[in-house]
Amino acid sequence: MATVGLAPEANMNLLEIRNMDHYFGGLRAIHRFSIAIEPKEIVGLIGPNGAGKTTIFNLITGFYRPTVGEILFDGLPIHGKRPFVITQAGISRTFQNIRLFGEMTVLENIKVAHHHTRQYGLFSALLSSRRFWKCEEEIENHCLELLSMFGLRERAHERADSLPYGDQRRLEIARALATNPRLLLLDEPAAGMNPREAESLLDTIHELRDQFDLTILLIEHQMRVVMGVCERIKVLDFGETIAEGTPDQIQKNEQVIRAYLGEEAIR
Amino acid sequence: MLTPKRTQTFIRSYPLFSGLVLLYALISFLYHLDWLNSYHIQLVMLVGINIVMTVSLGLINGFTGQFSIGHAGFMAVGAYTSVGMTTLLLQSPGGHLGYLVFFPATLIGGIFAAATGFLIGLPTLRLGGDYLAIVTMAFAEVIRTIIRVSEPMGGPRGIGGIPDYTNLTIVFIFAITSVWLMRNFILSTYGRASKAIRDNEIAAEIMGVNTTRQKVLVFTLGAFFAGCCGSLYAHVLQYIHPDNFTFMKSLEYLIYLYIGGSSSISGAIVGATIFTFLPELFRRFSSWRMVIYSLTLILVMLFRPEGIVGNREWRPLVSRRRRT
Repeated sequence: MATVGLAPEANMNLLEIRNMDHYFGGLRAIHRFSIAIEPKEIVGLIGPNGAGKTTIFNLITGFYRPTVGEILFDGLPIHGKRPFVITQAGISRTFQNIRLFGEMTVLENIKVAHHHTRQYGLFSALLSSRRFWKCEEEIENHCLELLSMFGLRERAHERADSLPYGDQRRLEIARALATNPRLLLLDEPAAGMNPREAESLLDTIHELRDQFDLTILLIEHQMRVVMGVCERIKVLDFGETIAEGTPDQIQKNEQVIRAYLGEEAIR
Repeated sequence: MLTPKRTQTFIRSYPLFSGLVLLYALISFLYHLDWLNSYHIQLVMLVGINIVMTVSLGLINGFTGQFSIGHAGFMAVGAYTSVGMTTLLLQSPGGHLGYLVFFPATLIGGIFAAATGFLIGLPTLRLGGDYLAIVTMAFAEVIRTIIRVSEPMGGPRGIGGIPDYTNLTIVFIFAITSVWLMRNFILSTYGRASKAIRDNEIAAEIMGVNTTRQKVLVFTLGAFFAGCCGSLYAHVLQYIHPDNFTFMKSLEYLIYLYIGGSSSISGAIVGATIFTFLPELFRRFSSWRMVIYSLTLILVMLFRPEGIVGNREWRPLVSRRRRT
């Protein structure tokens, strides 16, 4: 059979979503969503409440299966795979409503990321073998290093749910990084932060990108953050893409202003 | 050589282990002096078995946050499997030779229980809390009913004449080893994956944990220990029948666990110990016994809803090897 259609092109994109639709029952939440993100880009996803931004994150990370369309990560299809498989492939995320392991310590929260890369088997663990202790020590050092980068080392042995809000947000980002991702999805990282904290978050995001060779896709409501950090922005409204471009272009786009501020703002 | 100085260092670095050896020595000594009779010894053996049962249930319910309420079902599988081997293989239970059959039989009992746990866990652990509870309870009843109607397994009459292979030494070694293994599990990355599932399953999945596999693994492991306990239990009582493993039996272990502190090995041990002894202590109050027992439960739950020990751990139990 002759191959019809697209020949495998040289794929530069780290993440590529093609014509994705998603329905919740009869409700169309996402309509013909497409995006291509190149390595080391920082892309913003904005839109009014209920536009479908978090749904897109849930689709990328495998919590939902797209009704139509495909998601390619590094050229390989990942739609329909289970979330842990997608994480192991190199996508990690944070959550809009923080989802830490509350009863575990800060350090343990990070250590969970090393479960799938563990270098010892069940019997090593059960018998507490030498290999087990050696690996555990490596994991611990690695995690402590990561915690120091986020200024959380002093709190390593506190319970995660006892941290102040800002620290919890940072811990969640640190934890996402511990899985060694290539693509990081941040769902409203600045939510609940004051302008000063948000400002320092901007720096952190840039630093992370450079230090970890990360590609970042982020959802954010605080325009200062979005405009300050993103190189490219995509605007969603009712599941449809209404605009796409650089921060400057987006700020001037009429359709975006209409979606955010209503019809009267244009007139 | 075991010089006094070395002994001292040993005791200091392994306080828990030394304490247990002392406890064992004390109990055997008192037994030889006839201060403790065989009833007391049997009670101590039951405490040991109950501790392992409770800790293994805690692995599933406390540390992984799954709600299994049919733990006695696995015990039944282990008990009947091993009893089948010791009574059928050994027509005339012959002294020390019997242990050659008893030890493998206990292990195989555990493996059978683990296999059952695996088969039940695989389809049901994808479901959340309540469903799992219902399925595990139903499973335990199914096991009991199958035993009840099958003649080769003694049917409703049960099986008697089981050799009394379980003794104090065996229970001590078994309980210490089992708890040690489960404690290692909790301290490892497997334990952390379990606790992650308990605290937030969605986040656990996002951290790359195959949550289904982890839950099935814990469930299977818990069932294994319950199966081994079943074998020891049968060889203490020397007589088993299906009604040893009713829902009430499963409920007992749930009580031990939650009264002690569900996410804590120390809690499970404390709960199982106190509440195995308590009803025996209250025997003199005859019919008021269960009233006092229930009242104690209510009071503990009122004043310490997180359990007697709570979620803390007793240090020597979980302290890690000193850094080199």
